[in-house]
Amino acid sequence: MSALERPVTRKRPVYLNLVRIRLPLPGLVSILHRLSGLALFFVGLPLLLVGVERSLASPEAFEAFRAALATPWAKIVLIGLVWAYLHHFCAGIRFLLLDVHKGVELRPARQSSLAVLFISLALTLVVGVRLW
Amino acid sequence: MKRIVVGAHYGLKDWLVQRVTALVMVLYTLLWLAIAWSAGGIDFALWQALFANGAFRIATMLFWLAVLWHAWVGMRDIWMDYLKPTALRLTVETLTVLILLAYAVWLLDVLWGPR
Repeated sequence: MSALERPVTRKRPVYLNLVRIRLPLPGLVSILHRLSGLALFFVGLPLLLVGVERSLASPEAFEAFRAALATPWAKIVLIGLVWAYLHHFCAGIRFLLLDVHKGVELRPARQSSLAVLFISLALTLVVGVRLW
Repeated sequence: MKRIVVGAHYGLKDWLVQRVTALVMVLYTLLWLAIAWSAGGIDFALWQALFANGAFRIATMLFWLAVLWHAWVGMRDIWMDYLKPTALRLTVETLTVLILLAYAVWLLDVLWGPR
């Protein structure tokens, strides 16, 4: 059968239904890498600048800043940002390893994705417990 | 002038920048961990002494340059993937550049401005 006669079995392009597809683990790590990067850009960086600026002003301002960070809402935001940083950090290192062809096969790629999710959450928990 | 915007090696520089800047940020993170670890915590005296130190301020500046360049490549990747209408994408990309510049000026003020 020539290519022209072959029946068209699949319609292309394929549009993915984002609500229904189930992301594989490496896909989950990848999209969380993007989302955490986005959060760090819009929220993490300005808060870091405010923090350094305020806390350097005087010993009183330093203590006032520390007290402001001790409120529950600030802690929740801070823990969220800590997770974003840690996830972005761990997933980034995974990408660097993939770049040098470490763990590119399916099984190691899945395992390293799980490791990234687990390590960043575990470290966030450690920081969170110390913070609270 | 005719420019080829697709094909081999296009974007290689951005790809490399993203990796090199990432490594700079890892180093700066390790520097902070080492400082906090060896001092057993950070109080105001140490905090102020650190930022009064010229070498530390330059290291911090280099870290932020890496952050901002990295953020530019990453944010542009996101906008390119999800914002299809050219006018919208260009507008958002322009705003992103302005935000990055604002962060940079703000940082200069924090590091070297009057206190």
